[in-house]
Amino acid sequence: MYDIIKHRRWYYIFSTVIIVPGILIMLYSMFTIGTPFRLSIDFTGGTMWELRFSQPIAPGDMVEFFHSQGISDANVHTIGDENTLVIRTKQIGPDEKLNLMAAMEKQFGEKPEELQFRAVGPTVGKEVTRTAFIAVIMASLVILGFIIWAFRQVDHPVRYGVSAIIAMIHDVLVASAFFSLMGFIAGWEVDALFLTALLTVIGFSVQDTIVVFDRIRENSRRRKGESFEVIANRSLLETMQRSIATQINAMFVMIALLLFGGVTIRQFIATMFIGMLSGTYSSIFIATPLLVSWHNHEGLFGWFHRGKKKQAKKTATA
Amino acid sequence: MQSRNNLILIILIILVALATYIALPIDHPDWFKKLVAPHQEGPQALTLRLGLDLQGGTQIQLQPDLPEGQTATDEQLELARAIIERRVNGLGVSESLVQAGKDRIIVALPGVDDPDAAIETLRGTGQLEFVDLGSNPEGLTAGMKINTTNGPAEGAASDKVYPTIMTGDKLKNVDVRRDPNTQKPYIAFELTKEGSKIFGKYSGDNIGNYLAIVMDKTILSAPVIRAKITDAGIIEGDFTVDEAQNLAIQMKYGALPVPLDVVDVRTVGPSLGEDSVRRSLLAGTIGIIVVLLFMLAFYRLPGFLADLALLSFVSFNISLYKIIPVVLTLPGIAGLLLTTGTAVDANILIFERMREELRAGRSLPSAIEAGFSRAWTSILDSNLSTILTGLILLYFGSNFGASVVQGFAITLIIGVLVSMFTAVFATRTFMRFIIQYFADSLKNKLSWFSV
Repeated sequence: MYDIIKHRRWYYIFSTVIIVPGILIMLYSMFTIGTPFRLSIDFTGGTMWELRFSQPIAPGDMVEFFHSQGISDANVHTIGDENTLVIRTKQIGPDEKLNLMAAMEKQFGEKPEELQFRAVGPTVGKEVTRTAFIAVIMASLVILGFIIWAFRQVDHPVRYGVSAIIAMIHDVLVASAFFSLMGFIAGWEVDALFLTALLTVIGFSVQDTIVVFDRIRENSRRRKGESFEVIANRSLLETMQRSIATQINAMFVMIALLLFGGVTIRQFIATMFIGMLSGTYSSIFIATPLLVSWHNHEGLFGWFHRGKKKQAKKTATA
Repeated sequence: MQSRNNLILIILIILVALATYIALPIDHPDWFKKLVAPHQEGPQALTLRLGLDLQGGTQIQLQPDLPEGQTATDEQLELARAIIERRVNGLGVSESLVQAGKDRIIVALPGVDDPDAAIETLRGTGQLEFVDLGSNPEGLTAGMKINTTNGPAEGAASDKVYPTIMTGDKLKNVDVRRDPNTQKPYIAFELTKEGSKIFGKYSGDNIGNYLAIVMDKTILSAPVIRAKITDAGIIEGDFTVDEAQNLAIQMKYGALPVPLDVVDVRTVGPSLGEDSVRRSLLAGTIGIIVVLLFMLAFYRLPGFLADLALLSFVSFNISLYKIIPVVLTLPGIAGLLLTTGTAVDANILIFERMREELRAGRSLPSAIEAGFSRAWTSILDSNLSTILTGLILLYFGSNFGASVVQGFAITLIIGVLVSMFTAVFATRTFMRFIIQYFADSLKNKLSWFSV
């Protein structure tokens, strides 16, 4: 039987190597722009206006036009082709918008087609940020409670809950770091959909972990003679094929959505894709090894309790 | 046991056929609509409803715009909602929706042609006030703006602040009538009990003074008070029938109890919506076909049965969207496709378990039963965690006015629930049927079960 659990310290090191730079990126972002991600107008308030003209319009000309209308913070870039512009400014009220549209028609000689318009007031943004924060905290607590309840009949149900939550936080950090990085590379901004993606990652990450834990629960009952380490390893191997098959299927669907689906949900799907990849990884290489480490009372990297670890090993094999 | 399974299979096939029929994009006969969806009415019944991001349209959020420290009461908000709803109905947009949230009103106008004009209509007419101009109006006439004690005006004709006697929410009824002798139109109005008290006292004390009817700080009319007015009165002036009608409508429908401010606008053009529908259909079809092929290649005979279950999963979901009804959005489609993953995952859990049992030397029928019963706790526990997350998303979305989040959460929850039915119950029924008739011939063909 292949021993996955034995190399657990390497998995911890691997995840650390991924997550620490991720946290550094978010910290760097904190210092440069004040938040760990670029925030969309959902949170900051402001306007996003997507317009399609029948001819190419230089973004610089549009910025100048907004300047002439007394709006100095316009940020304009093309999207898709050169005829389509995305304009970002402070919040534009309905009256102001009508005036701008009329002036634009004069300036550029045509009335552009409005593909999208979104204007959010600053108070709405603040409220959204607060609700989002509450939602993520609530999701974590509810799931922690659920796992402790679902595993109430095994020894130390809290360990299962906490290990699953650590694996979940692992996935949230990986997905967040990815998004923060894409903020620098491609200007991705956090919106309501990003939070939806994050919460879904939370749900599916725990789903993967539960499947493995469920097997540990069952094997612990049926194989009372075996050490916990052996049981955990056996459970991982038994569920491995399922984890891979399920992950492959989910990938098919998400790759199809990424390649052929609408542009508007591309960031949403990409974030979910990275998060779920991390979710499958963490259910095998983080959540279950953590249970074993905890069971053996060893430090994460074996740095602490070196003496005790030897003892634990003895008792485990005894 | 066997005949029971056959009965279940027949019911299942009927249900799938029914769901597929409902899911088809056709116009169903009226009697069928009444039977399947008695709670829905009109031509919209049993059609797939598309959200703003898929068919284009506008959603706006209106919030009471009050001085710092003041908040609108629930009654005021509900009244404002009712007034906005009347105005929205006047726009003639089908499927429009007006909701009062915690502290704001959300208006959805799917498929509206000119969103800007619609928004103008919604907020255009605003707060109606009856303002005391005193004995000398100092040249103030209709069309001029004035400051009132209820709030200052932009571009007021004079710096003077005039006292507001009452606001338009104290009006009960407004009508246009004609004087039988002169044929001149006038406006007749009735006041609420509270309004009668306030107005009776004021008009009794101020006969001969000028009273301004003010909409959004703009004077609509400034008649002279001729007599004490308690529960009902009339406004006479030099207006045409049309002008009188207009004034009456503004008094009647414009009487917002609180001024409203547009705090959130989301407009999606129809071409972007069409593009999204086309792309999602393509992505969804490709994604599902690849999953179907994968399951067939990987699990052979059980994979084929899982494919049947997956197709019925799609039918059930779409027919439920039509029956409930669920407004389908772009993230909603993503939710549906993700739960096809959940549905397939349940089958994978079962089949992997079955394989293990077969390898351990169990007979085919008992390996199949063991596969289903052993995998069940994993499926239930893991799906419950997804449903819990979905419920949190739903709560989060409703607090937000963000149909994006809600749309995803609803299809996610429905999908997970349906997946337990199709992937576990339906697949098991198919499987038992096959085993019942072909157990002997399959005994030596375990490769069909990819063992």
